[in-house]
Amino acid sequence: MSEPTTLTSPSTQTAAARAVVASLGKEESYLRTVVRRFFRHRLAGIGLFAFLAMILVAVLAPLLAPHDPNQIFDQFQAAPSSAHLLGTDPVGRDVLSRLIYGARVSITVSVGAVSVYVIIGVCVGLAAGYYGKVVDSVLMRVVDVFMSFPYFMVILILVAVIGPSLMNITLAIGVLGWPVISRLVRGSVLSIKNQDYVKAGIALGYSTPKILFQHILPNALSPIIVNATFGIANAIILESGLSFLGLGVRPPAASWGNMLSDAQSITVMTSQPWLWLPPGIAIFVTVLAINFVGDGLRDALESRETKSHR
Amino acid sequence: MTTYIIRRILISIPVLLGVTVLNFFIVQLAPGSPADLYLDPNASPDYKERVEAALGLDQPIMVQYLNWLGQLVRGDLGLSYVSRTPVAEVIGSRIGPTLLLMGAALVVAYAIAIPVGILAAKRKGTWADYTVVGGAFFGVSIPHFFLGLGLIYVFALQLGWLPTGNMATIGGDGGGLWDRIQHLILPVAVLATAISGNMVRYVRSSMVDALSEDYVRTAHAKGLPPGVVTHKHALRNALIPLVTVLSVDLAGLLGGAIVTEQIFQWPGLGMLTIQSISSRDYSVLMGVNLIAALAVFAANLLADIVYAVVDPRIEYT
Amino acid sequence: MSVIEATTRKARARAGVPDGEPLLSVQDLKLHYPIRGGIVSRQTGAVRAVDGVSFEVFPGETLGIVGESGCGKSTTGRAIIRLENPTAGAVVFGGRDLAGLNTRELRRVRLNLQMVFQDPYSSLNPQKRIGDLLAEPLVAHGRASRKEAGERVTEMLDRVGLSAQFKGRYPHELSGGQRQRVGIARALMLDPTLLVLDEPVSALDVSIQAQVLNLLRDLQAELGLTYIFISHGLGAVRYISDRIVVMYLGKVMEVATTAELFANPRHPYTEILLDAYPAPNPHLRDKERTVVEGDVPNAAKPPSGCVFHTRCPFAQDKCRTEEPRLGGGSHAFACHFPLDAGRPTAASGNPETTKNPGVPA
Repeated sequence: MSEPTTLTSPSTQTAAARAVVASLGKEESYLRTVVRRFFRHRLAGIGLFAFLAMILVAVLAPLLAPHDPNQIFDQFQAAPSSAHLLGTDPVGRDVLSRLIYGARVSITVSVGAVSVYVIIGVCVGLAAGYYGKVVDSVLMRVVDVFMSFPYFMVILILVAVIGPSLMNITLAIGVLGWPVISRLVRGSVLSIKNQDYVKAGIALGYSTPKILFQHILPNALSPIIVNATFGIANAIILESGLSFLGLGVRPPAASWGNMLSDAQSITVMTSQPWLWLPPGIAIFVTVLAINFVGDGLRDALESRETKSHR
Repeated sequence: MTTYIIRRILISIPVLLGVTVLNFFIVQLAPGSPADLYLDPNASPDYKERVEAALGLDQPIMVQYLNWLGQLVRGDLGLSYVSRTPVAEVIGSRIGPTLLLMGAALVVAYAIAIPVGILAAKRKGTWADYTVVGGAFFGVSIPHFFLGLGLIYVFALQLGWLPTGNMATIGGDGGGLWDRIQHLILPVAVLATAISGNMVRYVRSSMVDALSEDYVRTAHAKGLPPGVVTHKHALRNALIPLVTVLSVDLAGLLGGAIVTEQIFQWPGLGMLTIQSISSRDYSVLMGVNLIAALAVFAANLLADIVYAVVDPRIEYT
Repeated sequence: MSVIEATTRKARARAGVPDGEPLLSVQDLKLHYPIRGGIVSRQTGAVRAVDGVSFEVFPGETLGIVGESGCGKSTTGRAIIRLENPTAGAVVFGGRDLAGLNTRELRRVRLNLQMVFQDPYSSLNPQKRIGDLLAEPLVAHGRASRKEAGERVTEMLDRVGLSAQFKGRYPHELSGGQRQRVGIARALMLDPTLLVLDEPVSALDVSIQAQVLNLLRDLQAELGLTYIFISHGLGAVRYISDRIVVMYLGKVMEVATTAELFANPRHPYTEILLDAYPAPNPHLRDKERTVVEGDVPNAAKPPSGCVFHTRCPFAQDKCRTEEPRLGGGSHAFACHFPLDAGRPTAASGNPETTKNPGVPA
């Protein structure tokens, strides 16, 4: 192919080294090794805890929120008090409740969008890597086309054209985000398809989909999982950015991004920090937590120690 | 290698065509006819048809695309739906500020990220390393708009050291270099934070790998001074991959510039994009999107070629 | 003798092959890998990995294929079971040329041809338990339900000398020898008639090699299997093969029964190959050796005439221009000036060897 090929091979483990690992008396399952390595990163553990907490908040929003997020109270722009822990916004809605409901938007959009693009990216990558030749060249040129567009700008324009809504931003991020995954998957497939267990599968007369999805894909999952995790963090930033610019979730629905966009006035910024600090911190902390998880996963899944286990 | 470079360029021709196709068809997804934007909503259907015919909108979509492509080849990006001036002119007037902003951010980001990344790699596992890695996580995790608002709050509103936005003081003589720099500092800081966060992690891991290579150990074993080992043996190999990161950064910068320009009221392409979205000026949007894509496309091509020239470890067939 | 006859009879009956007919016949098989170059990637040449190979495999026998690495022996094996598509030539199995079959027919016929791979670490999917790996072929082809498959798996594990406990283990928990047993078991799950064994013991410790070779022998007798045994190790090939094909640079140099080949090599290349193989008896080690010079030529630019002439100590002008044909009969060789037949050899205990080509110029 036209792609430059570096000489580093993905698995440089010698047979001898693997044999040593294999012959060790007490065997640890692959999954346990991964879990152990993941939690060795203290920040990854904390990040996972924070992310799970965020998901819990999103799921349990109706139970946790002190008020209906769209209920309008008589005091607007009220400072934090015992009645409204984070004050109220210019319309008179409870900021804390809106913050809690905002978690739903962030989680839904990010997880939804990443699911969409992982599915597309995996299928394209499998096809390109496995069939090679013309299929590969054509698909990789399509990937090049998509990757030429600055991600945020093209999402912004696409959303502006098809109209902002929760569904549309999820689709826009999903439909435009697959090329990176497909490149990753293609790379893994290229090295896996020459493994003898794939050849054995062909000799045993397995169907191509069976070989692709049962034999090749499970062995190509690690980089996909890592990339998808960082992808969720990135999608949260994208969604809040779109909402901040008024092209995300439409008011009155609450999203962290559109809560922040109300803060673009000097008065709000200087005298009502409860309007812009909480949503900003919520985005930052969530994204940071997910990035820690991604980093921990990368370490746990792609280190030599765990790879030698395969 | 020359063959590789020529092949790489030939292969990019269909990609270039694909870029124009995608750019054209994204805007075609818009509901309604562009003629609606030109017309009074009360215009008669008959008149509307005539306007559509005049604009070529009654023709099949492929013909419309080819017409548009034909204009494009001649350097004609069409007229703005709103201001009726050529799109190329509109973009031309906004491209300078964006280039200034992005260029400054890139320089700052690299100037910080490369030395800091090397330092972290050399002191791997120490507090200096943890601080750098922590800072990098901060950089990639904080959204542009929140960082922007935070910086405005602290440096413009509380401390009053820097302006809150725009390219120059309004009503001032508009020309002082110091005035320009003051206006540049905050938006550049926002943009540079995100890319240097990524870059630091990249430089660090690349350098950590390079430092554990056998040839580096051999250099140490030969008794070469540590400085020579890091700078002559490890650094070169660690920094080669940065060439490809540059084109990825460019795409990120263009995206980041939209939000940053919006917050700081910086009159560049990003602000133009937002303005065109709110006025539904699709011809300008198409133009901006195309220019941005072409820039990234060119950077990708260039990066691959430079990579081929500087890295002897690659086989080309 | 009776064991061999019984195996042959069993194999013949299973494959439905009449007396004296081969089970598999490879005819002028070629497999060239194109070399592409230039800006529009035109084909500028070809690596002739396999270049006109012919041989036959009879039911119940083990045909060994030996040669240095890069001689095309593994590629031949892969081309036989169509893991690679031959450029030309025929592979006739059960009276049908596999090249003429459509995908579906090929898939069905090929199930009778299975392969055991060299590297037991990469030939088992690391994500699947042994039990699933072995049950999979049966379930995928609807030959058994999951439950029935479980019993068959236990049986097969027992057959290859592993206990049923292994079902729940992952490949990485097994030693190389155990993995190779699993690889053999998997290849046998669909009751194939012919197994292509591609360097099945080369990656194993010497002590384990013998165990696996014995297992293969036992299985052959029990199940009436036919083997194509590919290896660069003469010891293993000699131990297990009934007949041997010697390959060099994509071509067949010599074919003979094992005893005949070791006692009476006719091709200079075979002689050199045998000489390079250390004799187990230390008293025979001081015999004069023919040492080969130079490297194996590039298969993209094979030498003219006899491909071996660049390294052959006895090469004549004729060898450089005219390609020798592989003769017929039970002992075939492709050489213009074959070595003397019937001379004393190392194997017979006489350290003296004749080094002259049969027909001096």
